[in-house]
Amino acid sequence: MFSNILIYFVVIPLLMLAGVGLCRNVRQIRAVAVVGSTALIALSVVLLLQYLDLRAAGEAAPMLFVDSWTWFAPLHINLAVGVDGISIAMLLLSSIILFTGSFASWTIAQPKEFFLWLILLSTGVFGFFISIDLFTMFMFYEVALIPMYLLIGVWGSGRKNYSAMKLTLMLMGGSAFLMLGLIGIYYHSAPEGQPLTWNILEIASNASIPHGWQQFLFPMTFVGFGVLGAMFPFHTWSPDGHASAPTAVSMLHAGVLMKLGGYGCFRVAIYLMPQAAHELAWIFLILTGISVVYGAFCACVKTDLKYINAYSSVSHCGLVLFAILMLNTTAMTGAIMQMLSHGLMTALFFALIGMIYGRTHTREITEMGGMMQIMPYLSVCYVIAGMASLGLPGLSGFVAEMTIFVGSFKAGMADFLAGAGSLRIVFTIIACCSIVITAVYILRVVGKLLFGPVYNDHHRELTDATWWERLSTAALIVCVAAIGCFPNFFVNLIKTTFSPEIFAVLGM
Amino acid sequence: MEATIPVLILAIPLFMFVFLGLCGMKMTHKLAGILGTLGMGTVLVLSYYTAFTYFFSGAPEFINAAGERLQYMVFDQTWLQFTDKLAIKLGFFLDPISAMMLVVITTISFMVHLYSLGYMRDHHGVYEHGFQRFYAFLSLFSFSMLGLVVAPNIFQMYIFWELVGASSYLLIGFYYIKPSAVSASKKAFIVTRFADLGFLIGILTLSYYTGTFNFTELTSIPVEGLANVYQVNEGTAQGIRSIFENSAAPVFMGGSVLTWALVLIFMGGMGKSAMMPLHIWLPDAMEGPTPVSALIHAATMVVAGVYLVARLFPLYLMEETSLIIITVVGALTAFYAAMVACTQVDIKRVLAFSTISQIAFMMVSLGVARPEIHHGLGYMASMFHLFTHAMFKALLFLGAGALIHAIGSNDYTAMHGLRKHMPITHITFLIGCLAIAGIIPFSGFFSKDEILSSCMGYDWVAYIWMSLVAGMTAFYMFRLYYLIFWWKEHKVPEGHHAPHDQPWTMSLPLIILAAISCVAGFIPFGNLVTWDGHAYDFMEHFDWSVATVSLIVALLGIGLATVMYRKENSLPEKFRKALPALWTWSYHRFYWDELYMFITHKIIFNSVCRPLAWFDRHIIDGTMDSFATITNKASDAIKPLQSGQIQMYVWYYLIGALALGGITVLCLI
Repeated sequence: MFSNILIYFVVIPLLMLAGVGLCRNVRQIRAVAVVGSTALIALSVVLLLQYLDLRAAGEAAPMLFVDSWTWFAPLHINLAVGVDGISIAMLLLSSIILFTGSFASWTIAQPKEFFLWLILLSTGVFGFFISIDLFTMFMFYEVALIPMYLLIGVWGSGRKNYSAMKLTLMLMGGSAFLMLGLIGIYYHSAPEGQPLTWNILEIASNASIPHGWQQFLFPMTFVGFGVLGAMFPFHTWSPDGHASAPTAVSMLHAGVLMKLGGYGCFRVAIYLMPQAAHELAWIFLILTGISVVYGAFCACVKTDLKYINAYSSVSHCGLVLFAILMLNTTAMTGAIMQMLSHGLMTALFFALIGMIYGRTHTREITEMGGMMQIMPYLSVCYVIAGMASLGLPGLSGFVAEMTIFVGSFKAGMADFLAGAGSLRIVFTIIACCSIVITAVYILRVVGKLLFGPVYNDHHRELTDATWWERLSTAALIVCVAAIGCFPNFFVNLIKTTFSPEIFAVLGM
Repeated sequence: MEATIPVLILAIPLFMFVFLGLCGMKMTHKLAGILGTLGMGTVLVLSYYTAFTYFFSGAPEFINAAGERLQYMVFDQTWLQFTDKLAIKLGFFLDPISAMMLVVITTISFMVHLYSLGYMRDHHGVYEHGFQRFYAFLSLFSFSMLGLVVAPNIFQMYIFWELVGASSYLLIGFYYIKPSAVSASKKAFIVTRFADLGFLIGILTLSYYTGTFNFTELTSIPVEGLANVYQVNEGTAQGIRSIFENSAAPVFMGGSVLTWALVLIFMGGMGKSAMMPLHIWLPDAMEGPTPVSALIHAATMVVAGVYLVARLFPLYLMEETSLIIITVVGALTAFYAAMVACTQVDIKRVLAFSTISQIAFMMVSLGVARPEIHHGLGYMASMFHLFTHAMFKALLFLGAGALIHAIGSNDYTAMHGLRKHMPITHITFLIGCLAIAGIIPFSGFFSKDEILSSCMGYDWVAYIWMSLVAGMTAFYMFRLYYLIFWWKEHKVPEGHHAPHDQPWTMSLPLIILAAISCVAGFIPFGNLVTWDGHAYDFMEHFDWSVATVSLIVALLGIGLATVMYRKENSLPEKFRKALPALWTWSYHRFYWDELYMFITHKIIFNSVCRPLAWFDRHIIDGTMDSFATITNKASDAIKPLQSGQIQMYVWYYLIGALALGGITVLCLI
């Protein structure tokens, strides 16, 4: 069992949990968190290199490092693992955000309990990304959701009880749909007379879900994951939840957890039920297309930094689901790039907002101003994050958005010219408009918060970033710039996922 | 040609940006400034070398035996693969206009680097706060602009297009403590971003049909008179041509797909080049430091729109409609901006509107260019005017900067009578004014004359209209000149020094640019830059009547300005009284800003964003919350059933038993 590299993505966090449990003081806890998350980054990089080597050697299987250990035979539940380009990208993202998140919560109150829950949450995240068994996937998914309640409820700010309850209940509501969908898939996972299975690869190759059932199960799973991906109209947990969450939780939640939604939509809803995806995509295209501009418009008038960013996440994550539904390689590659890009830059945003909030004790942009004179380092980072968010070339947002737009435009025009309706092209153009609206709300915040005269003279005494804050933000900026400057490496990694088998399954 | 030098042309400014951005604060102001200037100086030398090699070496890769100048790809690297066919490549590509732009950009940029060494410090020699940042941003801008002009494909152009927008944003907002600078930078970015939305959709449409971003492939459609100029593969060209001529290609709202794509791309150009109605950001952009205005908002970035149209000119030729749109937009903008420039009091705003008007000249010139009209003179004239305008407008801005530096105000009413105190500035500024007014032998005369000639060949209405604007140009420039340098000078308050000329770092660029403005008209531009790569003898098409008329018009404009503004008198006031409405509208720039404020604030913010945010909080979120409330209420409602009172339970039992019994009985019957 321990010969498979993937299992260590769960083992290391579990060891970290044990380590934090044994720690006696805050220094030891920090040490465990930093060492553990560094080990996870190293592991992801090793995995990435091995994966690329194998692919270069001509390995054509849809997933590599595949393994399966029986867990509960009567119900065919296994712990099955396997990765492709997308999962590796997500694992890299998660480990980087855990690493930077640890630094961002350097001085958190009650560190032991906080880190225990935080690491438990990441265990769920890592487990989710390596699983290819629907049951274990769902289990890890729930493991990632529950700690959120305590993390927000205990360490949060503002209306934290309300927000924690709301977030948990809404996501649980999504899980209810999801569970229904997954059980439905399970019961149709194999042709008559053969043993049922939870394994994604087997279900996909069996392709035995009847058409009628697909039309029921696809919306179930898509909505179930879509709630976590902040799809309109199920996004309202996001503004409240993010606003109340402590810094590292916001980072992990927006940076990684929301990606579970997009990842799940691709891996389960679309991959397993391609027929229904083709037929029903239009409903969700409308919803996600609305998300994109709606979130951006709402962000334009909010005055709380975290609300602005939460709505911006609604808009950006809407674009992820939107692109996935285009069902072509380019747009889907773009969607995964957008997940990476949004994960990094939104983590950067939330880290910076947390740092600013920790100093000024307010997040209202109307009560702040001229931060550039007071804390130049944090302000410059904020400008860079803003530029990444509004899609400046050279940073990650641009490449992701452009790939999405090129792919969606292609899908839309193809539909339009074939006389198959103008829905996609219209919504693609609407989604393109978000680049302007994003510029409006980003520059509004940057102008108000960072530039101009100092609004509150008490703020003049505040200090700039400490070394751990600098490390955390600089690491994220380097990643954002790396994707923005060398996108083809990531695109090629992601494209390895769309192997001929998947094309066949998706009918692309 | 080796790729080393072109790579260095792009790499040095990028390196300077990163280096000064990260380490600038650790070094002294002076060192940062000198490093930045030296870096730009190196790029200047390399670019001159590249451009001169391209134009004059006569190497077979640059010019073929028939004397046609060729497009030459120095390198082209895949950067982002979209589909099997479609990829963004980053490359470096030489052709007549990109080589010319290399010269223009590096010249002006170097002058501005040098000039800022003197400008960005006060009278006591203390450097301004953020001096290093200023040089870092200038390097970023130079990098982006150079990347834009050498782009071999439209997507690389878009990438650098966004980057110049961002560096322009950063430089306009350089004095970020001033709220006006912050809002100006925001406005500039958002307005151009809006235009770029059109550009992006245009690119997507074009590339969907043609399957390429590459300019050479895009523009290789064999149009009449342009038979396969750029040595392209006949097959590709036929393919692209047939795509657009295919009757199955859909028509959308009366225009063919190609027209729409071209108009949308032109929209991007309108934003960057401040064509009406997307011009509103440029006058506000004057909030930036004056050298920045000279570099970005006069000479280089704002002509990117013209450059874009010139780049895709063979495509525009295929669609008469799109060229007509360009002409009309250009002509209206030219007139509008000239009208407004006549009444502004801020010297930088006058120059800004004059820039808008002059860029509109270039646009009109492209719009009226046809192969059959003087063999495409308009294209050449447009590029020529771009070149000469960059030089004399940068000169005027830098001169204005010297004045502002000496006086400490942008308002001409604070100036007056400066010719004795600042002779170098005076002479160079006068040369700039003569050049822009189009007086022989200064450079503006030649380029403007060619534009008017090609307008004449196209349509007499265009010719008269543009001549009128040329006259207005002469008028408002000399109005400005007289108001600054003539009139009675202000008394210098006690304890202040009289305004005086600037240090050599500021004077030298003025003198060099003035010298260029004197002689640039004699550059045989037709031999270098033409639309089809063939050398073009301008004198064959020289029209003495047009030249004479334009000279007379310019002199009339200057004469009128002399009469009205040579000395302080009541004529301007009388004029203002006679035409109050015209004066007010012109002074308020025809209320475009107010209109935009109304649209953005009243309509978009208050009628779209706020209701949506309210809807989100109260309707969507309210629904979600109401699920929770309903659950709570429902649970409250049924809670009394579980009251713990035995008597109640007995009642429930009895009622239940009776009901069941009744049902059983009913069923049995």
